[in-house]
Parts: sequence; structure tokens; C-alpha cells
Amino acid sequence: MKENSHISVEQQRYATLLSWGGRSGLAILIVSFFAYVLGWLPAYVALDQLPNVWTLPVDEYLKQTDSPTGWAWLGRLGEGDFAGLFGIAWLSGATLVCLLAVMPIYAKRRDFVFVIICIVALLVQVLAASGMLHSGH
Amino acid sequence: MPRIFSSISKLDLTLAGFVALACFALTAGAVESVGQDVVAWWVWPLALFVTCFFLGIVAVPSGVGGGVLFVPIVGGFFPFHLDFVRGAGLLVALASALAAGPSLLRGGLANLRLALPLAVLASASSIVGAMVGLAIPANIVQIALGITILGIVILMSMAKKSELPEVPAPDRLSSALSMNGIFHDAARNQKINWHVHRTPLGLMLFLGIGFLAGMFGMGAGWANVPVLNLLMGAPLKVSAGTSSFILTLVDSSAAWIYLNKGAVLAMIAVPSIIGMMMGATIGARLLHVLKASVVRKMVITLLLFAGVRALLKGLGIWL
Repeated sequence: MKENSHISVEQQRYATLLSWGGRSGLAILIVSFFAYVLGWLPAYVALDQLPNVWTLPVDEYLKQTDSPTGWAWLGRLGEGDFAGLFGIAWLSGATLVCLLAVMPIYAKRRDFVFVIICIVALLVQVLAASGMLHSGH
Repeated sequence: MPRIFSSISKLDLTLAGFVALACFALTAGAVESVGQDVVAWWVWPLALFVTCFFLGIVAVPSGVGGGVLFVPIVGGFFPFHLDFVRGAGLLVALASALAAGPSLLRGGLANLRLALPLAVLASASSIVGAMVGLAIPANIVQIALGITILGIVILMSMAKKSELPEVPAPDRLSSALSMNGIFHDAARNQKINWHVHRTPLGLMLFLGIGFLAGMFGMGAGWANVPVLNLLMGAPLKVSAGTSSFILTLVDSSAAWIYLNKGAVLAMIAVPSIIGMMMGATIGARLLHVLKASVVRKMVITLLLFAGVRALLKGLGIWL
């Protein structure tokens, strides 16, 4: 008998997708960061100006640098500061794909309680990612 | 074992790591007090990388997540505003959890059925925590962070652990959700059946844990494990594995709030993530060389120092 034969199919699928999501996100993060600091991608906020603004509260930082919020950074992926955010968003979104992938397994087994739990988990993640929730100092 | 390790005592290695970590933290603090204008921009991400590398080394043997060390230490000794430190802290914890999650799931040490109901509540409350944390003044967050860190120090010093807690019978909710499983304990070379109890109280506590994780940008393994292990009765290894997996959901929802708010700077987050992950890899390899109990005591001391620093910084006494 294989050692992990007691691991459910949905858990194994979740693990596989999470592994791919994590590794690819990390690779994107590293490549984009080196492109940023080595100057292959232009910086939106000049690197030597960063120490003057990273001490500020986020609202003040945004005001002084006129940086975009929400998903607006997607339109500025050509700039190093925001290219790095793509890898971060990828890492943060990795669980979405995993949840979507295990739902059909639960549904096929008529385990509707866990289908609902997955849907609620997805909705929470989507709500957080949507940018509709605002807060500030 | 490599020859280099055999010639160095365990205590020497632990002390060297601790001293190096303290030096970097104090150097960062000293440079900050001299003034940022005289320091080139690249010194900070480099110092951050090195500090996180050492934090990653001690995080593994001490059994605490990197996130819980990152926020008070970087928030206390680096010039970055706490908003950006918390955003990076969440990503450090998330990246570590993502790296560990797949193997924990495949090995049965993390359990999807146990994790998902708890993670749903904790991720919802982590969003609220993140929004509250970004809405209130930084000094209030610093004070609350200091108090929380000192609470963690007390919890770490006093909390007991139970390898295989006795659960007379699962409660109705955990039975209905089939929150049970089997894991293969390699140390005992046997398969262990487990189930949990006190699920409603566990769910309530995870609401609070999620809130704190979102508010302070820390991974919440320090709280997850005692609740899963001591309260709900999951075996220690399953508790630790499931806790790490829960963080992938909780930290990602809170991370979105920080990301959308603009409180994630790649220049702070990326060196921290890379440093912490590289350090954790070394830390895992040094598990047999370093004495875990000694490292744990040093981390508790470090956290005590960082907690006092956060509290005094928040109160305006030690800026």
C-alpha cells in the first residue's frame, strides 16, 4: 500500500495546484524584482527617492507619489514597482484556482456542505481581491 | 554530518545566529537614527534580505512562523512605515505557507476537511482586521502590536503541547463535517486515526485569530496550533501542518486588502520573502545541529525585546 493512499483525491489535487501556484508565483516575483532593481524595467518612483517616501503612512505615500490603487497597477506592468505586484497578486490568488478545482470532486460525491464551504471561501477571496473594500487612516 | 558542523558546538552556532540577527537589527536601528539621507537606497533592501535570512533560520527550529518575527523586528528597527511592514509581513507568511502547504497536504499532516471551515471564518475576519489596521493611527497599531507580541511571548513560554490529545468523542459539528483523518506518523511508524471536538468554540477563536493576522500582518501559527491541538484535540503534527495550510487562505485574503490599498511595496516585500525562504531552507537543514529549545528561548527573548520596542515606539517613549 502506498504511504499516502489515505490522502483524499481532492486534497492531492489541491496540493498539486498549490505547489504550481506557489512556485510559479515565486519565480515571477524574483524575475520581476531583479528587472526592477537592475534597471531593466523603469521605476515609477525613482529608486533613490524611495527612502524619502517609504517612511510615510500609505495614504500620504499615495498622495506624494500619485501611485495607483486597486487594480490600476495592472495597466503599469511595464514599470518595475508594479511588475513586482503581479507576482504578489499571483501568490495571493493561488488558492482561488485550488478551491475551484476541488469543488467538482465534492459535488460528484454529493458532499454539498463542502461545496458550499468552498463557494463561501471563494467569495471571501474574490471580495478581498475585488478592491471594493476600502479603508484608510 | 558535514565536518564544519561537527567542529562547531550547537550552542556556538545558535549564539552566532542570534548575535548576527541582533547585530543586523541594531545596525538597522542605528543607521535609522543617524539619518536616512546618508544611506544609499539599496542598503535597506539588502539589510532586509540579510535580516530575513537569519529570521528564516531561527524561525524553523523555534517553531514560530517567520511572519510573527518579521513585523515587530522590521517594524521596530527599519525606517519603513508600519503599513508597508504589515503588507510585507503578510506576504512573507503567505509565501512560507505556500512553500510548505503542498507537501503537508500530500503527507496528510494538513487536512483539507479540518482546515477549510476554520479558514473560511478566519479569512473573512482577516479582511476586517486588515481594514481596521489600515484605518487606525500607526501609533495605536504599534501599541496593540506590542501588547500582542508580549502576549505571544507569554503564550510561547507557558503553553504546553500534546502530541496525541485524547478526544473521547467528536462533537456533532465535526462529525457532520467529517473533520477527521488518518496520518502516518513516521517517528512511531504507525497510522494514527484522529478526530476533533469543541468545534464551535474553535470556530469562534479562529474568527479572532484571523482578525489579528489581518490587523498586524502576521502569520497566526502561534495561535492556530494551540487552538487546534489543545482545544480541538488534533494531534500536534496535524495541528502544525493544518495551521500552516490555513495561513495560505487567511493571509491571501488579508494580503489582497493591503495590495489594493497600495500598502505593498515590492522593494520591501520581495527581499523579505526571498531572504526568509532561503533562511528557512537553511534552518530546516540545521534542525539536527541547532538545539531547538535553546533557539526557542532566544526567539522568545528577541520577541520580548521587539514587543517592548513596539510598545514604547507606539507610546512615543523610544522612537
